[in-house]
Amino acid sequence: MSEKEVKNLEEIFEARIARDEKIEPKDWMPEKYRQTHIRQISQHAHSEIIGMLPEGNWITRAPSLRRKAALLAKVQDEAGHGLYLYSACETLGVSRDELYEQLHSGKAKYSSIFNYPTITWADMGAIGWLVDGAAIINQVPLCNTSFGPYARAMVRVCKEESFHQRQGYEIMLTLCRGTEEQKAMAQDALNRWWWPSLMMLGPTDAESVHTEQSMKWKLKRKSNDELRQQFIDQTVPQADLLGLTIPDPDLKFNEETGHYDFGEIDWDEFWQVVKGHGPCNKERMSARVNAWNNGEWVRDAAMAYAEKNEKRKVAKAS
Amino acid sequence: MENTKKNWPLWEIFVRSKNGLEHRHFGSLHAADAEMALENARDVYTRRNEGVSIWVVESKHITASNPADNGELFEPAQDKVYRHPTFYDLPDEVKHM
Repeated sequence: MSEKEVKNLEEIFEARIARDEKIEPKDWMPEKYRQTHIRQISQHAHSEIIGMLPEGNWITRAPSLRRKAALLAKVQDEAGHGLYLYSACETLGVSRDELYEQLHSGKAKYSSIFNYPTITWADMGAIGWLVDGAAIINQVPLCNTSFGPYARAMVRVCKEESFHQRQGYEIMLTLCRGTEEQKAMAQDALNRWWWPSLMMLGPTDAESVHTEQSMKWKLKRKSNDELRQQFIDQTVPQADLLGLTIPDPDLKFNEETGHYDFGEIDWDEFWQVVKGHGPCNKERMSARVNAWNNGEWVRDAAMAYAEKNEKRKVAKAS
Repeated sequence: MENTKKNWPLWEIFVRSKNGLEHRHFGSLHAADAEMALENARDVYTRRNEGVSIWVVESKHITASNPADNGELFEPAQDKVYRHPTFYDLPDEVKHM
């Protein structure tokens, strides 16, 4: 294809997206669109898979059978979300093995929030309430993104995500209505998860390298700062309802703008965690890589069994 | 790890949400064989009563049309307006037809 022909195709392509048409896997697409989508969708999938680890930590120690069943279901949903997203990503011509390889080698990133430890039961409440809350704000606009398989996966994910947040908030509510110690535990969890949750919505607009192109392709509908403001505005009243204090002395409702003003985010911490120096980066990666390596013989055995059965069927038929 | 080794193939999953409706494409997943594909599809795609029946088809068995051929495949239908009821002029007195 000549350069002119490619340029022409690109214009037609951009116009289709501008008209809100969806792009499907076999349609022509610019290489950059393909690569950007592989990067974002796989990063999203990896986050779901790694995101199971901090919560998996508490399944065996949940305080009641009701809590245990709910947490188990939530973690199972996360596995499911990872799988929807991996298969959406594979439609772009990348294999599951390549995607895993990128995760395991550290080439691909996942949400840095999962590199923080879950040290008390209240963390299960705070994660559901704050981390899933921030995730929902990030994800809802993606239900309308331009790449069909990603948009469809996100519709399923969003439908299931609201239970996650509600079960988390319910845990917080129960703790806050409990003993002094339980309430203190909830406050401690909020103190530790608040700032990382704000960081989850991504670097400030000035620092965000992908925003403009992503807006055009509807991979993003609002900027990181707008999403963060939306998250803060909706979460502060929920904290008030719990009787908890947001750990930000500068947080204050601004009558003029109708939004909450908030304090400086420690972006150094964010970049440290992204670069692999968070409290649990190594632990998460080794848990993931071990699970994959230790499961290899099971995958091989299943494949050998399937092949043996197939041969038997063929022999019987002939 | 050697590269020649066989990975679990990809399967396309179709789910009937309730009797009376058709099976609809829900997504895909990897499984060693059809039986495992069904079991995995149950866990991945029907955790909340989304279905009453599942079909699994190994992806390599699906032949798809190429969007590049959309012109010759689908455009001829566009100028055949006489295939639509509104093409025919009838007097208002003929009420329902």
